[in-house]
Amino acid sequence: MKVWTKKDLVGLEVLNKDEIEMILETATSFKEISTRQVKKVPTLRGKTIVLFFFEPSTRTRSSFDLAAKRLSADTLSISTSTSAIKKGETVKDTMKNIEAMQVDAIIIRHSASGIAQTLSNCMGSSIINAGDGCHEHPTQGLLDMFTIKEKKGKIKGLNISIIGDITHSRVARSNIWGLKKLGAHVTVCGPRTLIPRDIEKMGVNVTTSLPQALKNADVVNILRIQMERQKAGLFPSLREYAMRYGVSKEKLEKYAKDDVLIMHPGPMNRGIEITPDVADGSFSVILDQVTNGIAVRMAVLYLVCQSHTEDAEQEL
Amino acid sequence: MKLIIKNARVIDSKSKIDDVLDILIEGKKIAKIDKNIKDNDADVFDARNLVASAGFVDLHVHLREPGFEYKETILSGSRAATAGGFTTVCCMPNTNPVIDNQGVVEFIISASKKAGLINVLPIGAITKGSQGVELSEMSDLKDVGVVAVSDDGKPLSNAAIMRRALEYAGMLKLPVIAHSEDTDLSAGGVMHEGYMSTKLGLKGITRVAETSMVSRDIELARYTGSHLHIAHVSCRESVHLIRDAKKNGVNVSAECTPHHFSLTVESLVTYDPNTKVNPPLRDIDDVKAICEGLKDGTIDCIATDHAPHAESEKDVEFDAAPFGMIGLETALALGISNLVEKGILTLTQLMDKMSYNPSKIININKGYIAVGADADITVFDPKQKWEVTEGDFYSKSKNSPFLGNTLKGRVILTICGGKKVFSI
Amino acid sequence: MTLKEKSRLMDAQMIKRTLMRISHEILERNKGTDEIVVVGIRSRGAYLASRIVKMIKEIDGNEIPLGILDITLYRDDLTMIDTCPVVHSTKIDFDINDKIVVLVDDVLFTGRTIRCALDELIDLGRPRNIQLAVLVDRGHRELPIRADYVGKNVPTTLDESVEVRLKEVDDKEEVILLSKKKD
Repeated sequence: MKVWTKKDLVGLEVLNKDEIEMILETATSFKEISTRQVKKVPTLRGKTIVLFFFEPSTRTRSSFDLAAKRLSADTLSISTSTSAIKKGETVKDTMKNIEAMQVDAIIIRHSASGIAQTLSNCMGSSIINAGDGCHEHPTQGLLDMFTIKEKKGKIKGLNISIIGDITHSRVARSNIWGLKKLGAHVTVCGPRTLIPRDIEKMGVNVTTSLPQALKNADVVNILRIQMERQKAGLFPSLREYAMRYGVSKEKLEKYAKDDVLIMHPGPMNRGIEITPDVADGSFSVILDQVTNGIAVRMAVLYLVCQSHTEDAEQEL
Repeated sequence: MKLIIKNARVIDSKSKIDDVLDILIEGKKIAKIDKNIKDNDADVFDARNLVASAGFVDLHVHLREPGFEYKETILSGSRAATAGGFTTVCCMPNTNPVIDNQGVVEFIISASKKAGLINVLPIGAITKGSQGVELSEMSDLKDVGVVAVSDDGKPLSNAAIMRRALEYAGMLKLPVIAHSEDTDLSAGGVMHEGYMSTKLGLKGITRVAETSMVSRDIELARYTGSHLHIAHVSCRESVHLIRDAKKNGVNVSAECTPHHFSLTVESLVTYDPNTKVNPPLRDIDDVKAICEGLKDGTIDCIATDHAPHAESEKDVEFDAAPFGMIGLETALALGISNLVEKGILTLTQLMDKMSYNPSKIININKGYIAVGADADITVFDPKQKWEVTEGDFYSKSKNSPFLGNTLKGRVILTICGGKKVFSI
Repeated sequence: MTLKEKSRLMDAQMIKRTLMRISHEILERNKGTDEIVVVGIRSRGAYLASRIVKMIKEIDGNEIPLGILDITLYRDDLTMIDTCPVVHSTKIDFDINDKIVVLVDDVLFTGRTIRCALDELIDLGRPRNIQLAVLVDRGHRELPIRADYVGKNVPTTLDESVEVRLKEVDDKEEVILLSKKKD
């Protein structure tokens, strides 16, 4: 029998194929719960889960919060504005204090790459990475993969293109690690200034041409372009970005497969990286991603929160 | 006060010695080097199976005092130096206040005299307040003991000022020590740019930030004829540039740090802030090029860039941690473990890189063993293995990525000016 | 600890006869198939439930709805067991409100599995009543739970164990009494 042994979910790079598949399979079972009238199971009753968000986030935090609540865990949500961070406390200190309140899992989002790994080494509670800097956002990667698998029936052998600011994207990195492990062909596409050095070594194809990236793609995952990147001089203007890298229905019809799947981790800049007719069009599975996010996060919480208990499995 | 170091393998390339000998120290000088020295008045230190070398000279140390005494003081830094076998260290000017006037230089020299352990030779700032605008009063600084000028910690971006600095310092026979970094190119970077920075999601520092400045400064040195010393070389291209410049008669010398010949960017995989250093740890090819540079003499000497930081500063997110690692206590062992053991340098060559060569760069009469020379001597066991623990660090700070590593080569006794300043 | 086979409590023929009897009892007690749904507890209870549905169709001609319940998420010992059990989905694609739910499991022992199943059923809707059918009742209840339809009552000791093997998963068709032997 497959067994989950990891205390934390830091990223997809450190998971193997079986572990990723196990999360996705477990998520399949959890998806049904959210369709019930009573959207709640008692599985994590009595567990306390802290959502610690040092960066603003609506979607990911709500998704984790609902996932925890649907498993009957108690949640405590802390964001930067209400935390002690501004008083000069280090992240580690803050976390140790939270842990001293006997919590079972900490879901953390932070602007510093590597923080989840650092904390996982020094904390007894489970650490779940909800996005650390430009490093990883594993649950987003997992829910993207779940959605692809649900819609396409498989991941192995698919051509998946990720478009946009690859350099600053933790979503891109988690997707790349996860998809490669499950046998997909991944292409990253964006202006040369937003493609990080030596990314080919992660096993992806690199192109700066959108038509190239759309051609033969089974899935196109469009990343959000942050306005501040333009100010930092990484591309000339949003106008030019939209023209060269914005995904429109016209471009899809011209270059992409008929059954291409369009994904976006949100929040979208409509009219810049994605046109409204694509976001709301028939190719789009963007809202399915959001729905699946809850099932995937329930699966992660279930596996991680149960991973470090003793005794052998008993018959009831 | 007399001391005999008995039966040590004495290594010194200047005096062309490599033999088991006794050394007699009288007062502050070496009085005699011979077999079977007998002197009933003298203390005897049995150095059988040990090596005696000229005391090590470090051109690149951050002693942090004045201004950052919570990281290191002249006293604690001197203790760390003695434990690493260093008898002379040059301290960088990025203190607060900056070493840009006689007052600070005199303070440092008097504090080091008070500590009474080793020779501390200040390096002056190239510009006033290291602001990169006006040249500091280098002649004044030289008069009270400054041995070089440097922009370390605050790289000089203005090429015109660098040119004038080379001309002016050259006139005073002061080497200009360049921290070669284009801060526009490196802005925001926290590690070497490449696959690892992409993987870890950390902002990279391109190698061009270093090599473009090495190239610029070499051209300025060629043009002015002044002595340029390139600090902490980290890129293979820099090694190539320096090699070519030397071949073409440019007055350039160079140093590298123990961590740049021992570690690669792979060490950052755990996001350990102790691996965050500037210039950053680079690729294996860079390490190989640095080793070749050491071997063929392109890189003249080894300097530690000992950069202490308090635990509270380092034990934070990688992005937020300051650059730097301590290096005095581990330098010899890293040299033996990673250069001598791997056949890159002979023990004699390593001693040259750590004592005689750096002395020549700053024009001091040290770094060799000979009758009449200063009795600055380091005795070490080249075979002893030891595990690096916090307890081994005399530095106030413990920010070393080598904690937990087992290294070979350990300092047993350090003598500075005829006085035992460290012994195990 | 190893398990040693002690005796065979039922063979294929007997299992078949017993399930047929239970099917008859269900029909008799509920006076037909109206409003009846059958829900099996994963995994062996589900196979037994499916067989009961088939038998009822043979007897009565009506196909009654069949659901499968995975009780993993309702277990009260999740925090005590080593690694989390693999979660499978519950598959009940019909409304259980106001229905008579016949819950099917292979062996009734402490009653805790049934407790989980009852909790989950009640989260899924409000059945008119819930009845319990088991192939073997081996006693030692820890909760006030009783079966409405029992294939065979088997008095056991606590260091014995009852194993139901079904051809769908085990390539065999039998009920075995095992005893735990300390090595």
